[in-house]
Amino acid sequence: MSNSQTKRVVIEPVTRVEGHGKVSLLLDENNKVKQARFHVVEFRGFERFIQGRPYWEVPVLVQRLCGICPVSHHLAAAKAMDKIVGVDKLTPTAEKMRRLMHYGQMFQSHALHFFHLCSPDLLFGFEADPAIRNIIGVAVKYPDLAVQGVMMRKFGQEIIKATAGKKIHGTGAIPGGINKNLSIEERDAFLKDIKQMYDWSKSALKIAKDYTVQNLEKLKPFASFDSSHLSLIREDGAMDLYHGNLRAIDSTGKKIFDQVDYSKYLDYIVEEVKPWSYMKFPFIKQVGPKDGWYRVGPLARLNTCDFIDTPLAEEARKEFMAVTNGKPNNITMAYHWARMIELLHSIEKINDLLNDKDLQGTDLVIKGQKRYEGVGLIEAPRGTLFHHYKINENDQITMANLIVSTTNNNEAFNRSVQKVAADHIDGVPKITEGLLNHIEVAIRAYDPCLSCATHAMGKMPLKVTLYDYQGNIVDSKTKE
Amino acid sequence: MSDQITFTIDGVEVKAKPGQTIMQAADDAGIYIPRLCYHPELTAHGSCRVCTVIVNGKPQTACTQPAAEGMIVENDTPELLEHRRNLVDMLFVEGNHLCMFCERSGNCELQAMAYRLGILAPKYPYFYPDKPVDSTHKDIFLELNRCILCGRCVNASKDVDGKGVFDFVGRSIDKKIAVNSDKNLKDTTMAVTDKAAQVCPVGSINKKGTAFKIPYGSDIEHKK
Ligand code: SF4
Repeated sequence: MSNSQTKRVVIEPVTRVEGHGKVSLLLDENNKVKQARFHVVEFRGFERFIQGRPYWEVPVLVQRLCGICPVSHHLAAAKAMDKIVGVDKLTPTAEKMRRLMHYGQMFQSHALHFFHLCSPDLLFGFEADPAIRNIIGVAVKYPDLAVQGVMMRKFGQEIIKATAGKKIHGTGAIPGGINKNLSIEERDAFLKDIKQMYDWSKSALKIAKDYTVQNLEKLKPFASFDSSHLSLIREDGAMDLYHGNLRAIDSTGKKIFDQVDYSKYLDYIVEEVKPWSYMKFPFIKQVGPKDGWYRVGPLARLNTCDFIDTPLAEEARKEFMAVTNGKPNNITMAYHWARMIELLHSIEKINDLLNDKDLQGTDLVIKGQKRYEGVGLIEAPRGTLFHHYKINENDQITMANLIVSTTNNNEAFNRSVQKVAADHIDGVPKITEGLLNHIEVAIRAYDPCLSCATHAMGKMPLKVTLYDYQGNIVDSKTKE
Repeated sequence: MSDQITFTIDGVEVKAKPGQTIMQAADDAGIYIPRLCYHPELTAHGSCRVCTVIVNGKPQTACTQPAAEGMIVENDTPELLEHRRNLVDMLFVEGNHLCMFCERSGNCELQAMAYRLGILAPKYPYFYPDKPVDSTHKDIFLELNRCILCGRCVNASKDVDGKGVFDFVGRSIDKKIAVNSDKNLKDTTMAVTDKAAQVCPVGSINKKGTAFKIPYGSDIEHKK
């Protein structure tokens, strides 16, 4: 009896490169790189197996998608569920508690990426010997910096704990609101450290900025290409990481669409399936599948917004935009600089929120007329995150569609890898150590949420395979 | 004094009133005997066996066994701890207990018992049974993946609510809880105010609109 119910799902072992980034480079007749394919196993099956579950479970359930930014999934799902319970506007306490949770997440995620994953590159240069170009190298040469990274991450995680209940996989956001407010004691504990967090954020931003400006000519072509950019935007054009409408611009800054109500995203974004990848390829409908792909994340957000509503980050944004004369910045390595501007913006926002009495309010949850469909979007640390659900009359999920940040950047990964590969392989079909290193540096700029990418700098397991124009493997190298 | 019964639990002298079970006398004396299906306001039927103690050398369920003069009860012994662990381990694999997103996590007697007994990981292979979810009732969400067949809802509905909404059907490993209708919970007379809606030790019978409303860490099991 029970045997007949047992199902076995087999995932092809060749594509199941556990914790490895797998890259295929396809050459043309002249041994020039024609296409790069960055293979990602983003197949988690969540969209299928949450079907039948009650909607109120979803914000807690879907955050298990990710151990890196669970808060983003928790909040995007909660925003969708607000719609389901008929709530279009939360109470001030609920909205601000959720925002605090989100900025805490942004702060800890950006701090982690900067100090642990990318600072070795920025401090030693990405040409440096991998033997020193790692977090241990940073800890030896810049011991204060390594400690700062740990303390900033801890600060952000404590904020998550105070708002979501736990540092990871909390339960704070519920359909229609939040389940707790912030006590005076919790608030004061954070305010005690806030000045220190400002100072450290500013110095991290300075490292990223100085590195980019000093190496600008070298970085400009590295893994770079013109692209469109997409993000949420506040109604007045300000950067808003928690909520807003959709804006997409092309590589010159021209708006493709603006202030689009995100519940109508399906009219604007289409997801294409390609036979060689588990991950879909989203593109902007009106531009079409060929050129409609776009980038999301810190670089895109800096490009799409008209201004930032916190003074220090706004000042930093102006400096950032000056490098490209106010035009969109398409330099892939500028993601790091943009990320640190957001780090500073996050701590400014956290400070504003902590000083807001609404956080001690007691009006936590509201309810309206039930609906059968809900869409929730948020700017996750790595970019725009889409959650879309439908329910039946018994409160059970019947449809779920998620577009995660890393999926939004899918085509951009391939372009970056292709650019790096094309610069290295020009007629000589060989994979060098330098190429492997540079592919890692390019992928890392996006801070993708892939298991391989969460390894420290210089330690990303990577397998690169080179195919000639007839599909034969001509070279293959693995970096453990 | 003469109407009192005197016996020992792990060598400690305990007094019981006539008609009291070992469990009731132990509770009055402040001695904890682990239990799962037992509920003080409902008829005990000893189904989970977690409260098994050794009475004069023989295993008995403390929730059903009347206290008797001079009996020697063993409760807190390594053998019984192992026995209880095995029982709870089996309950975990016989159902689909996914604490990580269960609305009763932190307020679940099965989870609390696992922590108490020091169970950190499953010992037996999972059965992954195919259990139904019934979300048709406007106020109640029935999630039988988490049912441990304690029978509390059956007794509460029959004895307290006078309705008989729930009953056991099937035998052995196929035994399960069913509702008193050909269709779904919404087609029964079940109301959210029924005793049967208040007594489930796990996340099987849940009141809609209450999920995750208690902040993590301030729920019952954390307070304990
Ligand atoms: S539904 Fe709950 S109360 Fe009823 S038998 Fe199952 S576990 Fe016990």
